[in-house]
Amino acid sequence: MANIRTISFDGVIVGGGGAGMRAALQLAQSGYKTAVISKVFPTRSHTVSAQGGITCAIASSDPQDQWQWHMYDTVKGSDYIGDQEAIEYMCQVGPEAVYELDHMGMPFSRTEEGRIYQRPFGGQSKNFGEGGQAARTCAAADRTGHALLHTLYQGNLKNNTVFFNEWYATDLVKNEDGEVVGVIAICIETGEVVYVKSKATVFATGGAGRIYASTTNAHINTGDGVGMALRAGFPVQDIEMWQFHPTGIAGAGVLVTEGCRGEGGYLVNKDGERFMERYAPNAKDLAGRDVVARSMTLEILEGRGCGPNGDHVYLKLDHLGEEVLESRLPGICELSRTFAHADPVKEPVPVVPTCHYMMGGIPTNVNGQALTVDAEGNDTVIPGLFACGEVACVSVHGANRLGGNSLLDLVVFGRSAGLYIEKSLREGIEMRDASEADIERAMSRLNKINNTTGGESVSALRTELQTIMQNHFGVFRRGDFMQEGIKKLAELRVRIDNAHLEDKSNAYNTARIEALELHNLFEVAEATAIAAEARTESRGAHAREDFTDRDDENWLCHSVYFPSEKRVGKRAVNFTPKTREAFAPKIRTY
Amino acid sequence: MLKVSLYRYNPETDQEPYMQEVELDTGGKDLMVLDVLELLKGSDPSLAYRRSCREGVCGSDGMNINGKNGLACITPISEALKNGKGGNKLVLRPLPGLPVIRDLVIDMSLFYKQYEKIKPFLQNDTPAPAIERLQSPEEREKLDGLYECILCACCSTACPSFWWNPDRFIGPSGLLQAYRFLADSRDTATEERLSDLDDPFSVFRCHGIQNCVNVCPKGLNPTKAIGHIRNMLLSRAT
Repeated sequence: MANIRTISFDGVIVGGGGAGMRAALQLAQSGYKTAVISKVFPTRSHTVSAQGGITCAIASSDPQDQWQWHMYDTVKGSDYIGDQEAIEYMCQVGPEAVYELDHMGMPFSRTEEGRIYQRPFGGQSKNFGEGGQAARTCAAADRTGHALLHTLYQGNLKNNTVFFNEWYATDLVKNEDGEVVGVIAICIETGEVVYVKSKATVFATGGAGRIYASTTNAHINTGDGVGMALRAGFPVQDIEMWQFHPTGIAGAGVLVTEGCRGEGGYLVNKDGERFMERYAPNAKDLAGRDVVARSMTLEILEGRGCGPNGDHVYLKLDHLGEEVLESRLPGICELSRTFAHADPVKEPVPVVPTCHYMMGGIPTNVNGQALTVDAEGNDTVIPGLFACGEVACVSVHGANRLGGNSLLDLVVFGRSAGLYIEKSLREGIEMRDASEADIERAMSRLNKINNTTGGESVSALRTELQTIMQNHFGVFRRGDFMQEGIKKLAELRVRIDNAHLEDKSNAYNTARIEALELHNLFEVAEATAIAAEARTESRGAHAREDFTDRDDENWLCHSVYFPSEKRVGKRAVNFTPKTREAFAPKIRTY
Repeated sequence: MLKVSLYRYNPETDQEPYMQEVELDTGGKDLMVLDVLELLKGSDPSLAYRRSCREGVCGSDGMNINGKNGLACITPISEALKNGKGGNKLVLRPLPGLPVIRDLVIDMSLFYKQYEKIKPFLQNDTPAPAIERLQSPEEREKLDGLYECILCACCSTACPSFWWNPDRFIGPSGLLQAYRFLADSRDTATEERLSDLDDPFSVFRCHGIQNCVNVCPKGLNPTKAIGHIRNMLLSRAT
């Protein structure tokens, strides 16, 4: 018997990061009863770690700047599998969404004219790649994510959003018609389990960088939304596309922003050579992240890495001078001193490509509605389910995200999901109530883990999973090696399904949460592995040694991973923007 | 081997809290305190603490480390031992002054309530322009040292005045945030903000002890911000 309390809302948002809080804000402002379920107090969400900025053509740095130039850069950056309609929407609506953040109080850095300060970031150009480097990333020093997340939390306080802080959503509740009608959630503090019923369920659960051993991501980035979607039988898209950020601090994994290179820093190998000049003669250190990460990896593999083990390269910043570093990159100075024991004012920072961002996720349209693909290959909306931010694949990042586009993605599409849900609620949403059996089904995983009497340790299994992903699905990938990884994962699944939850207590039981998170990590990892093996080409962040070229004939498309058959299908990329003609695929060089 | 003394309390099984003595092989490395906790949790999953970003920006893992409040993720063992209390042993306790939920996890409700009390959002009664509200670099600079607060509660839970009156004294963190909005050229609610704070407890319970300044992991100075608010209140009264 599903003997649990039901709490009802018009809209429930799972995840209290930037995307979730932007969606919540929109709904709360419209007066609908809105709740955010967040497994951490919202300002502890991973958005807080974003540093360099939010890219958007507000034409502050360059009065001639156009959102169409930003659109071009983003399409090219995506290696042409970003959906052009979605990219167009993001770049066009972006300025409005950024001004709203300023009006809400976000403490952006400023220019002498009093406008928002913009810095150069990778992959940015003027005039459709013809006018040289652009400076389009709006920044609050190097703490833009922190400033943005706190501002959004504050905006939600002002608008009386209901927060379920330190509550953890475990699984989706689907009714008899296959519609999503809420989630099961646990209060971490007390252990109480409730059914949160909602007319619209928005996943804003962020990324899953913790599937890799070395990542810039927070401990909490465990792919909970992807896990829940896959378990409910819904597909994920382009999940093989993982961004390795060029500059994670070697050993620690902590991120140092691309803004360092935007402000004039550059990478050197052990000979002191500025090697990016060889790989990307025009953009150099500000080429796409995938390009820079691969170049660094090649330098290291070819014996030109730095340090006693030659396993990293250096990011040189000292030539920028103490004043620039302390005013524009104060957070980086702090992080580098703490985690690399290197003072950027005097010495270079040891860096290495580090897992950073999940380009793939739950496929959605620009309204945030989650999609699946029917037997005839047509897109079908999943009633009741929405996704925005990193968990979603709308897709504006395609095979490689540009720096500064994630913060824009989350405010623009958090906002658009909120707007669409508001409109739908006004028109009326009718869905059949969940039956006891539906709720019971959604609770089965939780019940199972609460009743384990034996099995292996969650933390040891997690380490094993992360090692497999790191070794078999890294910056460079190869078919036979991936197949071996997939085999290891298949063997690991059984053991993870039977992991042991020794501690059955109710009060603040983080062991239970970590056990549930491990299931989600595994779902993301397995989908990544299978989709990566299936995509027999190199595109964006997906670089294969056995298929070194981009294959537009067969793979100018999204991959779609269907969990029930563990099958990889294809879905067309959108090439029909509304206001202009599409950017046709070209060879991508920087 | 590193000796660690851990504050443990599970309300369902323990009559009262106790200090658990454990040893850990750190491989001779000067790990961060959070890494120590992660290793210990690997062998004892029942150990409870909060953590998220592990780089000092999310404010989850504030705790009392060898007698001093700080963030576990950016405090190396060597620095912790320098705090003086505990000798060669790492001593980890929850932040003081607020109720303990379990082990190193405290109930932060009162802390958040004080934050909400200062209306921590920009208020401006003029219509918003089509672009951003302009702000000069000099005006923006006034927010430096204020907006960076991560709400970790290290300062407020180190403050004797907050220990005495956590329900009525806003505390260093909340007041730092209050000044962040008073100092923002885009905010027009100065008068209301000041009247909300104008009572014997909200601000004036600060006795300038400066524990807050001493422990802030972000190097911020709440005492200075409180001084500014005090001056604004006093000049308003005359």
